[in-house]
Amino acid sequence: MIRQSRGFLSSLVVPILSIIFGFVFGAILMLLFGYNPVVAYDAMISGVFGSQYFLGEALRQATSLTFTGLGFALAYKAGFFNIGVSGQALAGWVSAIWVALAFPELPQLVLLPLSILAGTLVGALWASIAGTLRAFFGTSEVIVTIMLNYTALQLTNFIIRDILSETGNSTESVGENASLSLQWLTDLTQGSRLNAGLFIAIAVVILYWIFITRTTAGFEIRAVGLNSFASTYAGMSAKKNIILSMFLSGALAGLGGAIHGLGTFGNIFTQTGLPSIGFDGISVALLGLGNPIGIFFSSILFGVLNVGAAFMPNRAGVPDEMASIVTAAIIFFIGANYIIRYFIEKRASRDQSPTTATRGGEE
Amino acid sequence: MPTSERVIEMNGITKEFGSFRANDDIHLDLKKGEIHALLGENGAGKSTLMNILSGLLEPTSGEIKVKGKSVNITSPDVANELGIGMVHQHFMLVDKFTVAENIMLGREKSRFGYIDKKSAEKEVQALSDQYGLKVDPSALVENISVGMQQRVEILKTLYRGADLLIFDEPTGVLTPQEIEELIGIMHKMVNEDKSIILITHKLDEIKQVANRCTVIRRGKSIDTVDVSKTSQQELADMMVGRSVSFKVDKKPATPKEAVLKVEDLTVKSNRGFDAVKGISFEVKAGEVLGIAGVDGNGQSELIQAITGLTKSSNGSIHLDGNNITNKKPRKITETGLGHIPEDRQKYGLILPMTLEENIALQTYYQKPFSSHGFLNYKEIKQHAKRLIEEFDVRTPSEEHSAASLSGGNQQKAIIAREVDRDPALLIAAQPTRGLDVGAIEYIHSRLIEMRDNGKGVLLMSYELDEVMNVSDRIAVMYDGKIIAIVNANETNESELGLLMAGVPLKEAKEKADSKGKEKETIDSSI
Repeated sequence: MIRQSRGFLSSLVVPILSIIFGFVFGAILMLLFGYNPVVAYDAMISGVFGSQYFLGEALRQATSLTFTGLGFALAYKAGFFNIGVSGQALAGWVSAIWVALAFPELPQLVLLPLSILAGTLVGALWASIAGTLRAFFGTSEVIVTIMLNYTALQLTNFIIRDILSETGNSTESVGENASLSLQWLTDLTQGSRLNAGLFIAIAVVILYWIFITRTTAGFEIRAVGLNSFASTYAGMSAKKNIILSMFLSGALAGLGGAIHGLGTFGNIFTQTGLPSIGFDGISVALLGLGNPIGIFFSSILFGVLNVGAAFMPNRAGVPDEMASIVTAAIIFFIGANYIIRYFIEKRASRDQSPTTATRGGEE
Repeated sequence: MPTSERVIEMNGITKEFGSFRANDDIHLDLKKGEIHALLGENGAGKSTLMNILSGLLEPTSGEIKVKGKSVNITSPDVANELGIGMVHQHFMLVDKFTVAENIMLGREKSRFGYIDKKSAEKEVQALSDQYGLKVDPSALVENISVGMQQRVEILKTLYRGADLLIFDEPTGVLTPQEIEELIGIMHKMVNEDKSIILITHKLDEIKQVANRCTVIRRGKSIDTVDVSKTSQQELADMMVGRSVSFKVDKKPATPKEAVLKVEDLTVKSNRGFDAVKGISFEVKAGEVLGIAGVDGNGQSELIQAITGLTKSSNGSIHLDGNNITNKKPRKITETGLGHIPEDRQKYGLILPMTLEENIALQTYYQKPFSSHGFLNYKEIKQHAKRLIEEFDVRTPSEEHSAASLSGGNQQKAIIAREVDRDPALLIAAQPTRGLDVGAIEYIHSRLIEMRDNGKGVLLMSYELDEVMNVSDRIAVMYDGKIIAIVNANETNESELGLLMAGVPLKEAKEKADSKGKEKETIDSSI
């Protein structure tokens, strides 16, 4: 990371190549089907950057993705694959809305933090189920979090239908005193749903960085993730770090869900599937290589891609499906960036690095 | 006897990694039927050279001739076809497969899509008989000894038609008796016109088995010498580039009260059976207690129990008067234990982390390295710099990753970390495994220094020389028990070797004595 600047610069090569490959692959696809990729990409970029409204919407998406991305990255640092960020975000979303609806008469200064805190805590506890099972019984956190995703989905829908609304498929909107929207931001972006969550996201990016690089708890999580044997030998508790990292990972996802709910929608409605901010958050974390600033910028890229893809049908005549395929291709190359890394490392081991040649070889 | 026909000629081999020259104009030639030793310190370039010969790396420049023909060894498959096979230091076997299955892995014989196990087993048996390997082709690998597993590796290369076998540090895991048998096998192979390159840093083995020896230092081939005309001292000096001493310099020990008391300790292995069976012993302040024994006789489990990495099922452990039985590793460390673990890359270091972080690995949570949960990198860095200087850890800076250091320097970093905490007891498990003469000299002197400062040292090693040179008393472990504790200056290699094989002390003493006398009579008759 920042402590090894040369490594950091060269590590930028992989995500940048992933993005380029994704765009090139998308372009080839469009050419094959007779669409002009230059026009299509131009539509995407100028669509987003040509209007304050759409730029605001892209940043709004980036806000939610930053939280889920950081959440995934934190568990990943400790060596765990938290596939459950979607479910944890959903749990955070519904909890935040629930609290906001339950105490409508509280002042904003109390209700807003309380709702956000509720979402964060529930997300954290939801993820801790997987962490605790892993720590004490060695169950795979991947499988448990996948199953918890569906549990969260059905449970949320049940809560919406049977508790938070009489018969409907969505709750009422929360009051002004639980909303994250800022009038000046809304005006600045010509009515987009961009909200104060953006600033919370920036603050959390900084806090995350401090936590990981500057605190003893962050040091332990990194150590356990890189080599659990040596960490245990050095007196760190593997159990404690498994549970803690999953707790914090879920907390970040839950916080993202709460902000998604209170900032973007102001309510919650029954879901047919898991919210995409969860899975996109995983891609964002992988593209950002676990670095919080990298995650922030890849979130913005994802926001731009998602919002911009909507312009391709109208302005470039590329059908909806093709636009989806192109963004999926870009995401694929990002997700599959270890393929690129594999080739780079293979080259390097053949003609550069002496460490790979002698590694493990005690001669 | 080796003929003059050259099976391998490596001329002017240079291998560059960026600006670093791992091999610099190296010459090596191998005669048919010869055992040729390749001697050099860690990082001298032996592995690089052998990786080039076995097709894992391509040289930057230079020429390789196999049986007089110039070749390009671009991949391990090409090396295979040229009859070059490598017996790796770390065995690459599938535990749940039989010997024959392991040997045919990747070269399965099949008939109509079915694997022809029978004929493979027959072939393996024939090869085994030819070279006197005594391997049972139908045994499961997990049920055979380490020595046997090595023979399976040897058979694997023979099965693939190798005429040239490269042995990478083959004796590290073997008992003295197994080593003797391996040497016999090597001789048998060269008698069958195979040729052998032996990578090693053990000088006595070279003297015993090799015809010629090529010494490599800092990537250059220094000389190729006739082993029978060169002394061990000359070989060592050539390898290191200066005059080295073999004997560990030490005053007699002045043992005081016991710092470690182990009583009736029983520890289960991770496979569920008792690996340590009711052991009792003491380590006194101001002495080095060595634990000798063949790998897998409970030594690792014993140390894991003392350090808190495994729970014991019975008995007690006291450190400095405190009961530490089944306490957490951190509690035990704080009670006064330093531990140089057996596998330094797995347990001792977090390789991708920086050296300064690794040096703080046991103390990061204490003042002054952190306060109120925040790390103080300034202190961590200063502390690391001081230890790097004091313990002569060779690294460009404390911010380089532990992975970028050579094995010897990695070990020095661990020793610095553990010794600097000034523990009452230092456990050193295999502290010099894979290290070169210079580093071994240094580490041994540090252990002795700990002892002279009135600390207890528990040294576990599979290397008899090391145990005998450094320890004051030696406990021999066999089958989970301490079969005998002897004084280091009253024992000898053959007695220890017999004890390690499970022969009771009295019998071992008699046998060792008679063997010693036999040798004396032979010596005097010459």
